[in-house]
Amino acid sequence: MLWTLSNRGSLLQTRKILTPAQVTQQIINDLTIQAATVNGSGSQTANLVLTRAIFHMGIPVAPKNVFPSNIEGLPTWYQLRVTPEGHMARSDKVDILIAFNVATWHQDLKTVRQGGVVIHEEAFSTAEARTDVTYYPVPFSKLAKSKIQNDTLRKQLANMIYVGVVGGVLGIPWEALEHGVRRQFLSKPKAVQVNLDAIKVGFDYWQDNFSKQDPYRLEPMSGAVEGKVLVEGNQAAALGALMGGVTVCAWYPITPSSSLCENLIAYSDRFRTDPSSGEKRISVVQAEDELAALGMAIGAGWAGARAMTSTSGPGISLMAEFSGLAYYAEVPVVIFDIQRIGPSTGLPTRTSQADVAFAFTLSHGDTRHIVLLPGTVEECYEFGRDAFDYADRFQTPVFVLSDLDLGMNLWMTPEFKYPEKAFDRGKVLSKADLERLAGDWGRYRDVDGDGITYRTLPGTDHAAAGYFTRGSGHDEFARYTESADAYARNMDRLAHKLETARHALPAPVVDETPHSRVGLIAFGSTHSAVVEAREALAAAGRAVDYLRLRALPISDEVAAFVSRHDRVYVAEQNRDGQVYDLVRLALPPELVDRVRSIRHYNGQPIPAAAITEPLTQREAVPA
Amino acid sequence: MSATLNRIGLPRDAYKGAATTLCAGCGHNSITNHMIKALYELGVEPHRLAKMSGIGCSSKTPAYFVESAHGFNGVHGRMPSLTTGAQLANRQLIMLGVSGDGDTASIGLGQFMHMIRRNIDCTYIIEDNGTYGLTKGQFSATADLGSVQKKGAVNTFQPIDPCAVALTLGCSFVARSFSGDGKQVVPLIKAAIAHQGTAVIDIISPCVTFNDHDGSTKSYSWVKDHEESIADVSFIPYFEEVQVDYEPGTIRDVRLHDGSHILLKKLGDDHDPTDRRAAIRVIEEGRTAGHLVTGLLYVDTSMQDFATTEHIPDRPLKDLGEEELRLSKEQFAQFMSEFA
Repeated sequence: MLWTLSNRGSLLQTRKILTPAQVTQQIINDLTIQAATVNGSGSQTANLVLTRAIFHMGIPVAPKNVFPSNIEGLPTWYQLRVTPEGHMARSDKVDILIAFNVATWHQDLKTVRQGGVVIHEEAFSTAEARTDVTYYPVPFSKLAKSKIQNDTLRKQLANMIYVGVVGGVLGIPWEALEHGVRRQFLSKPKAVQVNLDAIKVGFDYWQDNFSKQDPYRLEPMSGAVEGKVLVEGNQAAALGALMGGVTVCAWYPITPSSSLCENLIAYSDRFRTDPSSGEKRISVVQAEDELAALGMAIGAGWAGARAMTSTSGPGISLMAEFSGLAYYAEVPVVIFDIQRIGPSTGLPTRTSQADVAFAFTLSHGDTRHIVLLPGTVEECYEFGRDAFDYADRFQTPVFVLSDLDLGMNLWMTPEFKYPEKAFDRGKVLSKADLERLAGDWGRYRDVDGDGITYRTLPGTDHAAAGYFTRGSGHDEFARYTESADAYARNMDRLAHKLETARHALPAPVVDETPHSRVGLIAFGSTHSAVVEAREALAAAGRAVDYLRLRALPISDEVAAFVSRHDRVYVAEQNRDGQVYDLVRLALPPELVDRVRSIRHYNGQPIPAAAITEPLTQREAVPA
Repeated sequence: MSATLNRIGLPRDAYKGAATTLCAGCGHNSITNHMIKALYELGVEPHRLAKMSGIGCSSKTPAYFVESAHGFNGVHGRMPSLTTGAQLANRQLIMLGVSGDGDTASIGLGQFMHMIRRNIDCTYIIEDNGTYGLTKGQFSATADLGSVQKKGAVNTFQPIDPCAVALTLGCSFVARSFSGDGKQVVPLIKAAIAHQGTAVIDIISPCVTFNDHDGSTKSYSWVKDHEESIADVSFIPYFEEVQVDYEPGTIRDVRLHDGSHILLKKLGDDHDPTDRRAAIRVIEEGRTAGHLVTGLLYVDTSMQDFATTEHIPDRPLKDLGEEELRLSKEQFAQFMSEFA
């Protein structure tokens, strides 16, 4: 079937014109828009307006920004997926292409699915164009020149023209577009009208020059997005940290982590600053590097503040030594790792789940850290908040592993819940406690049998409070010793402490049907692809159970889950199957062979197909 | 008990620490004693003291004074960042950092410089012997060009002068002294503690094992022969009345934040310790003349320390609770609704 158009004397006028009957075979609210634009041209704002307009119609949206490591000029793509079910994973099929970048035009055209729509700059060469898509050529440059009066903003506003065209093609009500603009420019109300005018240029152009030739439509929905908000994982984590009581944050800029601390700064200006005195109930320090960032956070954690840093893979590498010190000196600190592809420059704007194994054992020597694995933006908030409780309670670094996809994209989520619990500040002895104990206290003495010892904070006014903090070479009273026995005792206690922690960390979320013999294990942002993959697999008659891992070290529930299944696939976004390895290490030998690995590691957020396809193939021919 | 008590009622012994494990005769041990004297005489409350260090011989010394105070032996060259964080968590702490020349001028140069740039309120003592002691005698970055190692190797690189670096960066308190000169070191430490901001004291401290031989510019004999004091330093704490044999024109009085005073009796050429360019010049002239210039090189009491610049309240951040740190339920609901 050739979708054609007769409009505007375009290249396809010789092809078959769609009959009204064919146009009525509509695809409603289930499509993926991909805008191919130029980085730094203002397209991101246009894409967000479009996203907010569609969300305002009550339709679930899942935007993914695929951007270059560049300030201006390189190609960038924005994928806006719309599904009635609220699928959040990236789609690997493009229904509607907005081709705004001549440099990627031919490549972009190849990504459109058969029967899809191509809205493109009219001036682009269409000599080798595909014949199985519908084209809406629009003279964007000419329209921008003739219709946009604002010289300084013309480049940015030109992007808004395509928002109007998409609105026309998909039938987005003008009221929704208007809402999208007002929402996007909440803090800059002066910008609303010029942007609306630019959208109107595109909207009118479509009305005046085209008739609907494609099957895609958006229609208002109800019941799908009520009570939902659009939040980036880094916004959620920053809010979590704020609600978790962070008072010292030291950081060094790095993509894709920077926006976490930048949001924290913005929220702190609003919620942690005394309007009259200017006093701040938080200090956010931009450090000279990641070593200093973690050093400052550890210094603050040692002195009793709730302290954090946020970084990505290259920063995690630099933090290895200090992480080991904090582990052995038993200093609470929270480290957010918004994973990306690395090392060095790597692909700094591409997502990854490849820091898991490294973060888990970060440091030389025998080291195991608590690692939290948020799978949704809601968990970025909750874990970002609760990480401070875990750090204080277990007196150790706590890593929160998010990633670029989770951290920097907007996700539809239920509103976050206000915390019910008070802070858990852990075992800290006050002056009164020390008086009661008559000074009978040892910093690293395990009096409760859980491996967690009592600490004092600098500034505690008691002669027995002070001790000299150092790495692993110390006895129960924090005195330096090279005693073999004391060293081994301390190592065993630390292992015991982590075992205590393992049982207290967020438990896996298990979703099982009574009869399935096949299971999936995933964590972090892979979750969204698993949700969709399971629906597709179930629809194809292959129900698959699911365990979502939410923390390291690995919970006993993983072994129990594997024991209830014949085959369990660990799906993750790294090349080496890092969690696949960790899962197998945690299993009794007889279960190890049941575990298989599904890996996605091209830097793009994992689509459901990256799970359904290998799983279906391998299940068809069980190993 | 006949022990003399200081103004907060503590004997000198309350400022002692564990027995040193450094070599007998090490300059660092002298500095430890100077610190004990300074802290005792100032009447620093031990529980408010935070002794910070990195790695090396110098960094072991916080164990050897004020045992009842908290201390943190961090990682090599990174003490400034730990100090920065601790200071932000609790502004009431008196941060006293002890570092060495390797810890400061090699692995830790970056953090040293950024600590100064931020003007963290801390005393930063460099126990400077121009050599790596714990790893048995390699040259450090402060070793002078042409100085000779114990085994005969000659240093072929220009030294980094921590005082010159600190001055160039606008450090608000820069001094140099010699471990054997308690009369100068003790008042400098007191003034550094009273100073609100980063106070760097580079104390030449000969390494008796690896760098105290003819040919070393950081040996006892070399320093004794080449030391040129730019001023005789006295320190009058805020709780003592200023009473000195005041001779106009020969004494300079610098008032510190807490109301205490440093008094500098001019010796030799006039040096104005509030003139940064003069401080750099005096170091350069000393270098040319082959002299080690000691004393208070520079002080600026007007510069805000980091926590003040950052608008950190006097009440320690560590003591804030849910009420002060969390959004209220109403604020939270409003904030969430803004994401719709």
